[in-house]
Amino acid sequence: MTSAGGGLTLLQTCALSLLVFTGASQFALVGALAAGGNPLTAAAGAFFLGVRNTFYGLRLSQLLALPRAVRPFAAQWVIDETTAVTLAQPTRRAARIGFTVTGLTLYVLWNLTTLLGALGAKAIGDTDAWGLDAAGPAVFLALLAPMLKTTIERAVAALAVLLGLGLLPVLPAGVPVLVAALAAPIALYVEGRRQGGTRNDAQEEDR
Amino acid sequence: MTVWIAIAATALGCYVVKLAGLLVPAGALERPLVRRLAALLPVALLAALTAQQTFADGHALVLDARAAGLAAAAVALVLRAPFLLVVAAAVLVTAGVRAMGG
Repeated sequence: MTSAGGGLTLLQTCALSLLVFTGASQFALVGALAAGGNPLTAAAGAFFLGVRNTFYGLRLSQLLALPRAVRPFAAQWVIDETTAVTLAQPTRRAARIGFTVTGLTLYVLWNLTTLLGALGAKAIGDTDAWGLDAAGPAVFLALLAPMLKTTIERAVAALAVLLGLGLLPVLPAGVPVLVAALAAPIALYVEGRRQGGTRNDAQEEDR
Repeated sequence: MTVWIAIAATALGCYVVKLAGLLVPAGALERPLVRRLAALLPVALLAALTAQQTFADGHALVLDARAAGLAAAAVALVLRAPFLLVVAAAVLVTAGVRAMGG
């Protein structure tokens, strides 16, 4: 619906969902094009929103241990939702199943709803009135919660929330989340310094 | 035509960044520090994303019905409710607060 309103044809709208398959990037591109932006500038904004998928890929490649030949096909499904589900799985087998099922389900549903939306299906009405916009963050919260087992994970999450929200009003869309990723190296650095400190203290006590 | 150029550029760029993470050789990720970093990065990204989806309206921070819904989900999580119940709690409370004009 957003795409149709932004002046894209049915074919363009569906091509976007099939080929890009990263919701945030798609909305950003359509928004920038509708605002009369240069196509490459619009694409650059959408690209920024997609960069976080690289970080997901780093972790997913460890968890899934996919054969090299499969990776180019799995790549299209490396998104927020599949990562959240895969990370929550206890074993490699479960992680692979979780990744595949989530990826396939979302890919089919996302493209179907894009098609229906582009065809002008307005019968669904205002999904916000039903509270469905809270389902996304609730799913992420439920998948994230079991990962926050130790102090460092909690510190990373808390710092990332502060960075993501604090920078939201001042930076372009997509960039605050990337900056929030810095919470991970910062937390590791602080932890390293603390351990280094206690180690030095211990050495001094030995003397 | 310009729209097709934008779509092609976005599709290519977004696919390349997705593939890049998967193609980093396992050997490069073996160092304990890199391993831990790769494990913590998604936690940071997903936490920031969850917060933004709850409190963001475009570039503005808002406190609306979604926050109440997420609070309900958090309570359900603390009570060890099953996954679907956690999501249902968020949806129902958000819709309820909106229906009351919140």
